[in-house]
Amino acid sequence: MSNKVRVQTKLNGHDVEFLAEPRQSLLEVLRDTLNLTGAKEGCNNGNCGACNVIMNGVLVNSCLVLAVEADGAEVTTIEGISLAGELHPLQKKFLEHAALQCGICTPGFIVSAKALLDKHPDPTEHEVRMWLSGNLCRCTGYDKIVRAVLDAADSPELEATRA
Amino acid sequence: MQAFDYVRASSVDEVVSLLAQNGDQARVLSGGTDLLVALREGRRQAKLVIDVKGLAETSRIDYAPGKGLTFGAAVPCHRLYDNAEIAAAYPGLMDAATLIGGVQIQGRASMGGNLCNASPAADSIPALIAHSAIAVIAGPSGTREVPVEEFCIAPGRTQLQNGEFLVSLRVPAPAPGFGAAYLRFIPRNEMDIAVVGVGASVTLDESRTTFVAARIALGAVAPTPLYVAEAGASLVGKKVSAEAIEEAAKIAQAAARPITDMRGTAEFRKHLSAVMTRRTLEKAIARAKAA
Ligand SMILES: Cc1cc2nc3c(=O)[nH]c(=O)nc-3n(C[C@H](O)[C@H](O)[C@H](O)COP(=O)(O)OP(=O)(O)OC[C@H]3O[C@@H](n4cnc5c(N)ncnc54)[C@H](O)[C@@H]3O)c2cc1C
Ligand code: FES
Ligand code: FES
Repeated sequence: MSNKVRVQTKLNGHDVEFLAEPRQSLLEVLRDTLNLTGAKEGCNNGNCGACNVIMNGVLVNSCLVLAVEADGAEVTTIEGISLAGELHPLQKKFLEHAALQCGICTPGFIVSAKALLDKHPDPTEHEVRMWLSGNLCRCTGYDKIVRAVLDAADSPELEATRA
Repeated sequence: MQAFDYVRASSVDEVVSLLAQNGDQARVLSGGTDLLVALREGRRQAKLVIDVKGLAETSRIDYAPGKGLTFGAAVPCHRLYDNAEIAAAYPGLMDAATLIGGVQIQGRASMGGNLCNASPAADSIPALIAHSAIAVIAGPSGTREVPVEEFCIAPGRTQLQNGEFLVSLRVPAPAPGFGAAYLRFIPRNEMDIAVVGVGASVTLDESRTTFVAARIALGAVAPTPLYVAEAGASLVGKKVSAEAIEEAAKIAQAAARPITDMRGTAEFRKHLSAVMTRRTLEKAIARAKAA
Protein backbone atom coordinates (compact mmCIF):
# COMPACT_ATOMS: atom_id res chain seq x y z
CA MET A 1 0.00 0.00 0.00
CA SER A 2 1.27 3.45 -0.92
CA ASN A 3 1.90 6.09 1.71
CA LYS A 4 -0.79 8.60 2.45
CA VAL A 5 -0.33 12.08 1.11
CA ARG A 6 -1.38 15.31 2.81
CA VAL A 7 -3.90 17.29 0.77
CA GLN A 8 -5.00 20.85 1.46
CA THR A 9 -8.20 22.13 -0.10
CA LYS A 10 -10.74 24.87 0.22
CA LEU A 11 -13.88 22.77 0.65
CA ASN A 12 -17.23 24.57 0.62
CA GLY A 13 -15.43 27.75 1.65
CA HIS A 14 -13.42 26.23 4.51
CA ASP A 15 -9.76 25.26 4.62
CA VAL A 16 -9.78 21.48 4.91
CA GLU A 17 -6.77 19.20 5.17
CA PHE A 18 -6.88 15.43 4.85
CA LEU A 19 -4.71 12.40 4.20
CA ALA A 20 -5.36 10.30 1.13
CA GLU A 21 -3.78 7.37 -0.64
CA PRO A 22 -2.93 8.30 -4.24
CA ARG A 23 -5.32 5.64 -5.51
CA GLN A 24 -8.32 7.10 -3.69
CA SER A 25 -10.84 9.10 -5.68
CA LEU A 26 -12.04 12.46 -4.48
CA LEU A 27 -15.49 10.88 -4.14
CA GLU A 28 -14.16 8.17 -1.83
CA VAL A 29 -12.43 10.71 0.41
CA LEU A 30 -15.41 13.06 0.50
CA ARG A 31 -17.70 10.26 1.58
CA ASP A 32 -15.51 7.99 3.69
CA THR A 33 -12.93 10.35 5.21
CA LEU A 34 -14.72 13.68 5.37
CA ASN A 35 -18.22 12.31 5.97
CA LEU A 36 -19.71 14.42 3.21
CA THR A 37 -22.07 11.78 1.89
CA GLY A 38 -24.11 14.09 -0.34
CA ALA A 39 -22.15 13.14 -3.45
CA LYS A 40 -23.26 9.63 -4.40
CA GLU A 41 -21.48 6.73 -6.02
CA GLY A 42 -23.74 5.58 -8.83
CA CYS A 43 -21.45 4.05 -11.43
CA ASN A 44 -17.90 4.95 -10.38
CA ASN A 45 -16.95 5.38 -14.05
CA GLY A 46 -18.09 8.82 -15.14
CA ASN A 47 -21.43 7.93 -16.67
CA CYS A 48 -24.10 8.86 -14.10
CA GLY A 49 -23.12 12.24 -12.64
CA ALA A 50 -24.35 11.38 -9.12
CA CYS A 51 -20.88 12.24 -7.77
CA ASN A 52 -20.58 15.65 -9.44
CA VAL A 53 -18.78 18.45 -7.64
CA ILE A 54 -17.44 21.82 -8.76
CA MET A 55 -13.65 22.00 -8.70
CA ASN A 56 -11.97 25.36 -9.34
CA GLY A 57 -15.17 26.55 -10.98
CA VAL A 58 -15.44 23.53 -13.29
CA LEU A 59 -18.04 20.76 -13.06
CA VAL A 60 -16.34 17.36 -12.69
CA ASN A 61 -17.17 13.76 -11.80
CA SER A 62 -15.52 13.30 -8.39
CA CYS A 63 -15.22 9.56 -9.09
CA LEU A 64 -12.81 10.44 -11.93
CA VAL A 65 -10.62 12.80 -9.90
CA LEU A 66 -7.89 11.53 -7.59
CA ALA A 67 -8.18 13.05 -4.13
CA VAL A 68 -4.51 14.07 -4.35
CA GLU A 69 -5.35 16.12 -7.44
CA ALA A 70 -7.53 18.34 -5.25
CA ASP A 71 -4.45 19.67 -3.42
CA GLY A 72 -4.64 23.45 -3.64
CA ALA A 73 -8.07 23.34 -5.28
CA GLU A 74 -11.40 24.89 -4.35
CA VAL A 75 -14.13 22.28 -4.21
CA THR A 76 -17.88 22.80 -3.83
CA THR A 77 -20.07 19.81 -3.01
CA ILE A 78 -23.85 19.63 -2.60
CA GLU A 79 -23.28 20.41 1.10
CA GLY A 80 -21.89 23.82 0.08
CA ILE A 81 -24.75 24.87 -2.19
CA SER A 82 -27.21 26.14 0.42
CA LEU A 83 -26.79 29.73 1.54
CA ALA A 84 -26.26 30.46 5.24
CA GLY A 85 -28.62 27.70 6.28
CA GLU A 86 -31.21 28.51 3.64
CA LEU A 87 -31.88 26.28 0.68
CA HIS A 88 -30.54 27.46 -2.67
CA PRO A 89 -33.29 28.39 -5.18
CA LEU A 90 -32.46 25.22 -7.12
CA GLN A 91 -33.05 23.11 -4.02
CA LYS A 92 -36.36 24.87 -3.35
CA LYS A 93 -37.52 24.38 -6.92
CA PHE A 94 -36.59 20.69 -6.89
CA LEU A 95 -38.86 20.32 -3.86
CA GLU A 96 -41.66 22.46 -5.32
CA HIS A 97 -41.68 20.57 -8.63
CA ALA A 98 -41.20 17.19 -6.94
CA ALA A 99 -38.20 16.72 -9.22
CA LEU A 100 -37.10 13.59 -7.39
CA GLN A 101 -38.36 10.22 -6.32
CA CYS A 102 -35.69 8.03 -4.72
CA GLY A 103 -33.35 11.04 -4.63
CA ILE A 104 -30.04 9.27 -5.27
CA CYS A 105 -29.41 11.34 -8.40
CA THR A 106 -30.56 14.64 -6.88
CA PRO A 107 -27.31 15.99 -5.40
CA GLY A 108 -25.58 15.43 -8.72
CA PHE A 109 -28.35 17.14 -10.66
CA ILE A 110 -28.37 20.14 -8.34
CA VAL A 111 -24.59 20.56 -8.46
CA SER A 112 -24.66 20.27 -12.27
CA ALA A 113 -27.53 22.75 -12.51
CA LYS A 114 -25.67 25.15 -10.20
CA ALA A 115 -22.63 25.02 -12.53
CA LEU A 116 -24.97 25.64 -15.49
CA LEU A 117 -26.62 28.68 -13.92
CA ASP A 118 -23.23 30.07 -12.83
CA LYS A 119 -22.17 30.02 -16.48
CA HIS A 120 -25.49 30.57 -18.31
CA PRO A 121 -27.93 32.34 -15.98
CA ASP A 122 -30.76 32.20 -18.51
CA PRO A 123 -30.56 28.84 -20.30
CA THR A 124 -33.01 27.55 -22.89
CA GLU A 125 -34.72 24.20 -22.31
CA HIS A 126 -32.41 22.67 -24.92
CA GLU A 127 -29.35 24.01 -23.09
CA VAL A 128 -30.62 22.60 -19.80
CA ARG A 129 -31.23 19.18 -21.35
CA MET A 130 -27.82 19.09 -23.05
CA TRP A 131 -26.02 20.29 -19.92
CA LEU A 132 -27.71 17.63 -17.79
CA SER A 133 -27.13 14.83 -20.31
CA GLY A 134 -24.29 13.48 -18.16
CA ASN A 135 -26.63 13.01 -15.18
CA LEU A 136 -28.77 9.90 -15.11
CA CYS A 137 -32.08 9.47 -13.28
CA ARG A 138 -33.89 6.13 -13.12
CA CYS A 139 -37.08 7.50 -11.56
CA THR A 140 -38.38 10.87 -12.72
CA GLY A 141 -38.28 10.77 -16.51
CA TYR A 142 -36.28 14.03 -16.34
CA ASP A 143 -39.09 16.41 -17.22
CA LYS A 144 -39.72 17.66 -13.69
CA ILE A 145 -35.98 18.15 -13.23
CA VAL A 146 -35.79 20.29 -16.35
CA ARG A 147 -38.84 22.33 -15.22
CA ALA A 148 -37.30 22.86 -11.78
CA VAL A 149 -34.03 24.13 -13.26
CA LEU A 150 -35.79 26.46 -15.69
CA ASP A 151 -37.98 27.77 -12.89
CA ALA A 152 -34.96 28.34 -10.63
CA ALA A 153 -33.28 30.27 -13.44
CA ASP A 154 -36.33 32.56 -13.56
CA SER A 155 -36.57 33.03 -9.82
CA PRO A 156 -35.74 36.48 -8.45
CA GLU A 157 -34.00 34.76 -5.55
CA LEU A 158 -31.34 33.47 -7.91
CA GLU A 159 -30.28 37.06 -8.65
CA ALA A 160 -29.78 37.51 -4.93
CA THR A 161 -27.44 34.49 -4.73
CA ARG A 162 -25.11 36.25 -7.14
CA ALA A 163 -24.89 39.51 -5.25
CA MET B 1 -8.40 0.74 -7.18
CA GLN B 2 -4.88 -0.76 -7.32
CA ALA B 3 -2.26 1.11 -5.28
CA PHE B 4 0.20 3.42 -7.01
CA ASP B 5 2.37 6.43 -6.31
CA TYR B 6 1.44 9.84 -7.62
CA VAL B 7 3.70 12.64 -8.83
CA ARG B 8 2.55 16.05 -9.86
CA ALA B 9 5.32 16.75 -12.38
CA SER B 10 6.68 20.25 -12.78
CA SER B 11 8.84 20.02 -15.90
CA VAL B 12 9.02 18.21 -19.22
CA ASP B 13 12.42 16.76 -18.25
CA GLU B 14 11.01 15.37 -15.02
CA VAL B 15 8.23 13.56 -16.91
CA VAL B 16 10.68 12.16 -19.47
CA SER B 17 13.09 10.85 -16.84
CA LEU B 18 10.30 9.32 -14.71
CA LEU B 19 8.89 7.61 -17.80
CA ALA B 20 12.32 6.41 -18.91
CA GLN B 21 13.09 4.99 -15.43
CA ASN B 22 9.73 3.30 -14.89
CA GLY B 23 8.86 2.03 -18.35
CA ASP B 24 5.31 0.74 -18.64
CA GLN B 25 4.94 0.76 -14.86
CA ALA B 26 4.32 4.49 -15.22
CA ARG B 27 1.24 6.12 -16.72
CA VAL B 28 0.72 9.73 -17.72
CA LEU B 29 -2.38 11.38 -16.23
CA SER B 30 -4.15 14.23 -18.00
CA GLY B 31 -7.89 14.47 -17.32
CA GLY B 32 -8.08 10.88 -16.10
CA THR B 33 -11.41 10.18 -17.81
CA ASP B 34 -9.92 7.15 -19.57
CA LEU B 35 -6.98 6.34 -17.31
CA LEU B 36 -8.78 6.25 -13.95
CA VAL B 37 -11.57 4.06 -15.34
CA ALA B 38 -8.99 1.68 -16.87
CA LEU B 39 -6.94 1.49 -13.64
CA ARG B 40 -10.06 0.88 -11.58
CA GLU B 41 -11.24 -1.89 -13.89
CA GLY B 42 -7.75 -3.40 -14.00
CA ARG B 43 -7.46 -2.95 -17.76
CA ARG B 44 -4.26 -0.97 -17.15
CA GLN B 45 -1.64 -1.40 -14.44
CA ALA B 46 0.45 1.35 -12.89
CA LYS B 47 3.00 1.66 -10.11
CA LEU B 48 3.37 5.38 -10.77
CA VAL B 49 0.89 7.93 -12.06
CA ILE B 50 2.50 11.08 -13.44
CA ASP B 51 0.13 14.06 -13.47
CA VAL B 52 1.22 16.36 -16.30
CA LYS B 53 -1.49 19.01 -15.91
CA GLY B 54 0.82 21.29 -13.92
CA LEU B 55 3.33 21.86 -16.75
CA ALA B 56 3.22 25.17 -18.60
CA GLU B 57 3.82 23.28 -21.87
CA THR B 58 0.86 20.91 -21.49
CA SER B 59 -1.62 23.46 -20.14
CA ARG B 60 -1.02 26.48 -22.35
CA ILE B 61 -3.14 27.72 -25.23
CA ASP B 62 -1.34 29.92 -27.77
CA TYR B 63 -3.38 31.29 -30.61
CA ALA B 64 -2.75 34.11 -33.03
CA PRO B 65 -4.77 34.62 -36.22
CA GLY B 66 -2.54 33.82 -39.18
CA LYS B 67 -0.02 32.08 -36.96
CA GLY B 68 -2.10 29.15 -35.81
CA LEU B 69 -2.91 27.33 -32.61
CA THR B 70 -0.75 25.38 -30.20
CA PHE B 71 -2.47 23.87 -27.21
CA GLY B 72 -1.13 21.70 -24.43
CA ALA B 73 -1.89 17.99 -24.49
CA ALA B 74 -3.65 18.27 -21.10
CA VAL B 75 -5.90 21.25 -21.93
CA PRO B 76 -9.45 20.13 -21.15
CA CYS B 77 -12.04 20.41 -23.94
CA HIS B 78 -14.01 23.17 -22.21
CA ARG B 79 -11.04 25.55 -22.31
CA LEU B 80 -10.98 25.20 -26.10
CA TYR B 81 -14.66 25.81 -26.74
CA ASP B 82 -14.90 28.55 -24.10
CA ASN B 83 -12.43 30.54 -26.21
CA ALA B 84 -14.58 32.29 -28.84
CA GLU B 85 -11.70 33.07 -31.22
CA ILE B 86 -10.48 29.48 -31.27
CA ALA B 87 -14.03 28.14 -31.57
CA ALA B 88 -14.56 30.29 -34.68
CA ALA B 89 -11.23 29.43 -36.32
CA TYR B 90 -11.31 25.64 -35.67
CA PRO B 91 -14.92 24.49 -36.13
CA GLY B 92 -14.06 20.83 -36.66
CA LEU B 93 -12.16 20.71 -33.36
CA MET B 94 -15.10 22.42 -31.66
CA ASP B 95 -17.55 19.83 -32.98
CA ALA B 96 -15.41 17.14 -31.34
CA ALA B 97 -14.70 19.04 -28.10
CA THR B 98 -18.40 19.57 -27.49
CA LEU B 99 -19.27 15.92 -28.27
CA ILE B 100 -16.85 14.15 -25.93
CA GLY B 101 -18.93 12.99 -22.94
CA GLY B 102 -21.10 15.51 -21.13
CA VAL B 103 -20.01 18.83 -19.61
CA GLN B 104 -18.46 17.21 -16.55
CA ILE B 105 -16.31 15.00 -18.79
CA GLN B 106 -15.40 18.03 -20.94
CA GLY B 107 -14.27 19.77 -17.75
CA ARG B 108 -11.41 17.27 -17.48
CA ALA B 109 -11.02 15.34 -20.76
CA SER B 110 -8.22 16.55 -23.03
CA MET B 111 -7.67 16.04 -26.75
CA GLY B 112 -4.15 14.92 -25.89
CA GLY B 113 -5.58 12.17 -23.68
CA ASN B 114 -8.11 11.27 -26.36
CA LEU B 115 -5.27 10.89 -28.88
CA CYS B 116 -2.92 8.96 -26.54
CA ASN B 117 -5.73 6.62 -25.52
CA ALA B 118 -5.81 5.69 -29.23
CA SER B 119 -9.34 4.35 -29.38
CA PRO B 120 -10.39 3.66 -32.99
CA ALA B 121 -13.62 5.57 -32.16
CA ALA B 122 -12.00 8.58 -30.43
CA ASP B 123 -13.93 11.67 -31.47
CA SER B 124 -11.15 14.25 -31.55
CA ILE B 125 -8.75 12.31 -33.78
CA PRO B 126 -10.57 12.58 -37.16
CA ALA B 127 -11.18 16.27 -36.37
CA LEU B 128 -7.50 16.85 -35.55
CA ILE B 129 -6.51 15.11 -38.80
CA ALA B 130 -8.97 17.22 -40.81
CA HIS B 131 -7.33 20.31 -39.31
CA SER B 132 -3.81 18.98 -40.21
CA ALA B 133 -2.76 18.87 -36.56
CA ILE B 134 0.77 17.88 -35.56
CA ALA B 135 1.61 16.02 -32.35
CA VAL B 136 4.59 17.47 -30.47
CA ILE B 137 6.34 14.71 -28.52
CA ALA B 138 9.06 15.04 -25.87
CA GLY B 139 11.46 12.21 -25.09
CA PRO B 140 14.96 11.33 -23.91
CA SER B 141 16.51 12.61 -27.14
CA GLY B 142 14.55 15.85 -27.37
CA THR B 143 11.35 16.78 -29.16
CA ARG B 144 9.91 15.38 -32.35
CA GLU B 145 6.79 16.09 -34.36
CA VAL B 146 4.41 13.58 -35.91
CA PRO B 147 1.29 14.28 -38.00
CA VAL B 148 -1.73 13.12 -36.03
CA GLU B 149 -2.70 10.65 -38.78
CA GLU B 150 0.52 8.71 -38.05
CA PHE B 151 0.24 8.82 -34.25
CA CYS B 152 -1.96 5.77 -33.58
CA ILE B 153 -0.62 2.39 -34.68
CA ALA B 154 -3.17 -0.08 -33.25
CA PRO B 155 -6.15 0.03 -30.89
CA GLY B 156 -4.78 1.54 -27.68
CA ARG B 157 -1.24 1.79 -29.10
CA THR B 158 0.64 4.85 -30.31
CA GLN B 159 3.92 6.00 -31.80
CA LEU B 160 5.16 6.94 -28.30
CA GLN B 161 8.39 5.14 -27.34
CA ASN B 162 9.72 4.49 -23.85
CA GLY B 163 10.34 7.81 -22.10
CA GLU B 164 8.19 9.79 -24.51
CA PHE B 165 4.96 11.70 -23.91
CA LEU B 166 2.73 14.07 -25.83
CA VAL B 167 3.40 17.70 -24.95
CA SER B 168 1.13 19.65 -27.25
CA LEU B 169 -0.81 19.78 -30.48
CA ARG B 170 0.01 22.28 -33.19
CA VAL B 171 -2.75 23.22 -35.62
CA PRO B 172 -2.00 25.44 -38.62
CA ALA B 173 -3.92 28.65 -39.19
CA PRO B 174 -6.93 28.11 -41.43
CA ALA B 175 -6.47 29.54 -44.96
CA PRO B 176 -9.09 31.91 -46.40
CA GLY B 177 -12.01 29.83 -47.68
CA PHE B 178 -11.43 27.12 -45.07
CA GLY B 179 -14.20 25.17 -43.38
CA ALA B 180 -14.20 22.00 -41.30
CA ALA B 181 -16.59 19.73 -39.43
CA TYR B 182 -16.74 16.56 -37.38
CA LEU B 183 -19.89 14.45 -37.23
CA ARG B 184 -20.51 11.09 -35.66
CA PHE B 185 -23.35 8.64 -35.87
CA ILE B 186 -24.60 7.38 -32.50
CA PRO B 187 -27.86 5.63 -31.61
CA ARG B 188 -28.78 8.30 -29.02
CA ASN B 189 -28.48 12.09 -28.97
CA GLU B 190 -25.67 12.36 -26.43
CA MET B 191 -23.21 10.40 -24.29
CA ASP B 192 -22.37 7.51 -26.60
CA ILE B 193 -19.48 6.09 -28.62
CA ALA B 194 -19.28 6.71 -32.37
CA VAL B 195 -20.52 3.95 -34.66
CA VAL B 196 -18.81 5.95 -37.40
CA GLY B 197 -17.23 9.40 -37.08
CA VAL B 198 -15.97 11.61 -39.89
CA GLY B 199 -13.74 14.67 -39.80
CA ALA B 200 -13.48 16.74 -42.97
CA SER B 201 -12.00 20.04 -44.01
CA VAL B 202 -12.15 21.91 -47.28
CA THR B 203 -10.48 25.02 -48.64
CA LEU B 204 -12.40 26.78 -51.39
CA ASP B 205 -11.06 29.32 -53.89
CA GLU B 206 -11.79 33.05 -53.74
CA SER B 207 -15.19 32.69 -55.43
CA ARG B 208 -15.98 29.80 -53.03
CA THR B 209 -16.98 27.56 -55.93
CA THR B 210 -13.93 25.32 -56.43
CA PHE B 211 -12.03 23.03 -54.07
CA VAL B 212 -8.42 24.06 -53.48
CA ALA B 213 -7.74 21.45 -50.80
CA ALA B 214 -9.61 18.88 -48.74
CA ARG B 215 -8.86 16.34 -46.00
CA ILE B 216 -11.07 13.50 -44.84
CA ALA B 217 -10.57 11.12 -41.89
CA LEU B 218 -12.84 8.40 -40.51
CA GLY B 219 -13.22 6.99 -37.02
CA ALA B 220 -14.49 3.58 -35.85
CA VAL B 221 -14.05 1.90 -39.24
CA ALA B 222 -10.50 0.54 -38.85
CA PRO B 223 -8.05 -0.41 -36.04
CA THR B 224 -6.90 3.22 -35.94
CA PRO B 225 -8.51 6.49 -37.03
CA LEU B 226 -8.20 6.44 -40.80
CA TYR B 227 -6.90 9.31 -42.91
CA VAL B 228 -8.13 8.83 -46.50
CA ALA B 229 -5.84 11.14 -48.47
CA GLU B 230 -7.29 10.01 -51.84
CA ALA B 231 -10.80 11.07 -50.85
CA GLY B 232 -9.68 14.64 -50.18
CA ALA B 233 -7.40 14.67 -53.23
CA SER B 234 -10.31 13.66 -55.48
CA LEU B 235 -11.96 17.00 -54.74
CA VAL B 236 -9.02 19.27 -55.54
CA GLY B 237 -9.62 21.41 -58.64
CA LYS B 238 -13.27 20.32 -58.91
CA LYS B 239 -16.31 22.59 -58.69
CA VAL B 240 -18.33 22.19 -55.54
CA SER B 241 -21.13 19.83 -56.57
CA ALA B 242 -23.17 16.93 -55.27
CA GLU B 243 -21.34 14.62 -57.72
CA ALA B 244 -17.89 15.62 -56.49
CA ILE B 245 -18.98 15.10 -52.88
CA GLU B 246 -20.52 11.71 -53.70
CA GLU B 247 -17.34 10.60 -55.43
CA ALA B 248 -15.21 11.56 -52.39
CA ALA B 249 -17.69 9.77 -50.12
CA LYS B 250 -17.36 6.60 -52.26
CA ILE B 251 -13.57 6.71 -52.01
CA ALA B 252 -13.77 7.15 -48.22
CA GLN B 253 -16.23 4.26 -48.03
CA ALA B 254 -13.94 2.01 -50.06
CA ALA B 255 -11.08 2.70 -47.63
CA ALA B 256 -13.17 1.80 -44.57
CA ARG B 257 -12.57 -1.69 -43.19
CA PRO B 258 -14.93 -1.90 -40.24
CA ILE B 259 -15.70 -4.80 -37.94
CA THR B 260 -18.98 -5.94 -36.45
CA ASP B 261 -19.45 -5.25 -32.74
CA MET B 262 -22.22 -4.38 -30.27
CA ARG B 263 -22.56 -0.90 -31.79
CA GLY B 264 -23.07 -1.91 -35.38
CA THR B 265 -22.38 -4.46 -38.09
CA ALA B 266 -19.54 -4.07 -40.56
CA GLU B 267 -22.11 -3.68 -43.32
CA PHE B 268 -23.94 -0.88 -41.52
CA ARG B 269 -20.65 0.90 -40.78
CA LYS B 270 -19.64 0.61 -44.41
CA HIS B 271 -22.93 2.19 -45.44
CA LEU B 272 -22.55 4.92 -42.82
CA SER B 273 -19.01 5.72 -43.99
CA ALA B 274 -20.37 7.15 -47.24
CA VAL B 275 -23.39 8.85 -45.66
CA MET B 276 -21.39 10.49 -42.88
CA THR B 277 -18.59 11.57 -45.24
CA ARG B 278 -21.14 13.29 -47.46
CA ARG B 279 -22.86 15.03 -44.54
CA THR B 280 -19.59 16.12 -42.97
CA LEU B 281 -18.29 17.51 -46.26
CA GLU B 282 -21.55 19.41 -46.76
CA LYS B 283 -21.21 20.96 -43.33
CA ALA B 284 -17.54 21.86 -43.89
CA ILE B 285 -18.43 23.42 -47.25
CA ALA B 286 -21.28 25.47 -45.76
CA ARG B 287 -18.86 26.77 -43.15
CA ALA B 288 -16.23 27.57 -45.77
CA LYS B 289 -18.80 29.58 -47.72
CA ALA B 290 -19.91 31.43 -44.60
CA ALA B 291 -16.33 32.20 -43.52
C1 LIG C 1 -18.68 9.05 -19.38
C2 LIG C 1 -17.63 9.13 -20.44
C3 LIG C 1 -17.97 9.56 -21.71
C4 LIG C 1 -17.01 9.64 -22.72
N1 LIG C 1 -17.39 10.06 -23.95
C5 LIG C 1 -16.48 10.10 -24.95
C6 LIG C 1 -16.86 10.50 -26.25
O1 LIG C 1 -18.02 10.87 -26.50
N2 LIG C 1 -15.92 10.51 -27.23
C7 LIG C 1 -14.63 10.14 -26.99
O2 LIG C 1 -13.82 10.17 -27.92
N3 LIG C 1 -14.23 9.76 -25.76
C8 LIG C 1 -15.12 9.72 -24.73
N4 LIG C 1 -14.73 9.31 -23.49
C9 LIG C 1 -13.34 8.90 -23.25
C10 LIG C 1 -12.43 10.01 -22.68
O3 LIG C 1 -13.17 10.96 -21.97
C11 LIG C 1 -11.65 10.72 -23.78
O4 LIG C 1 -10.88 9.81 -24.49
C12 LIG C 1 -10.75 11.84 -23.21
O5 LIG C 1 -10.44 12.74 -24.24
C13 LIG C 1 -9.47 11.35 -22.58
O6 LIG C 1 -8.72 12.46 -22.14
P1 LIG C 1 -8.12 12.58 -20.66
O7 LIG C 1 -7.43 13.89 -20.59
O8 LIG C 1 -9.17 12.34 -19.64
O9 LIG C 1 -7.09 11.38 -20.70
P2 LIG C 1 -6.48 10.44 -19.56
O10 LIG C 1 -7.51 9.54 -19.03
O11 LIG C 1 -5.72 11.26 -18.59
O12 LIG C 1 -5.44 9.62 -20.45
C14 LIG C 1 -5.85 8.76 -21.50
C15 LIG C 1 -4.69 7.86 -21.90
O13 LIG C 1 -3.66 8.59 -22.52
C16 LIG C 1 -2.48 8.60 -21.74
N5 LIG C 1 -2.03 9.99 -21.72
C17 LIG C 1 -2.75 11.07 -21.30
N6 LIG C 1 -2.07 12.19 -21.53
C18 LIG C 1 -0.91 11.83 -22.12
C19 LIG C 1 0.22 12.56 -22.61
N7 LIG C 1 0.25 13.91 -22.54
N8 LIG C 1 1.26 11.87 -23.15
C20 LIG C 1 1.19 10.51 -23.23
N9 LIG C 1 0.17 9.77 -22.78
C21 LIG C 1 -0.88 10.42 -22.24
C22 LIG C 1 -2.88 8.06 -20.37
O14 LIG C 1 -1.82 7.40 -19.72
C23 LIG C 1 -4.02 7.16 -20.73
O15 LIG C 1 -3.54 5.92 -21.18
C24 LIG C 1 -15.66 9.27 -22.44
C25 LIG C 1 -15.31 8.85 -21.15
C26 LIG C 1 -16.27 8.79 -20.15
C27 LIG C 1 -15.86 8.36 -18.77
S1 FES D 1 -20.35 7.82 -9.68
FE1 FES D 1 -19.21 9.32 -10.71
S2 FES D 1 -20.27 9.51 -12.55
FE2 FES D 1 -21.32 7.88 -11.63
S1 FES E 1 -34.92 10.24 -8.37
FE1 FES E 1 -34.30 8.16 -8.36
S2 FES E 1 -32.64 8.16 -9.75
FE2 FES E 1 -33.40 10.16 -9.94
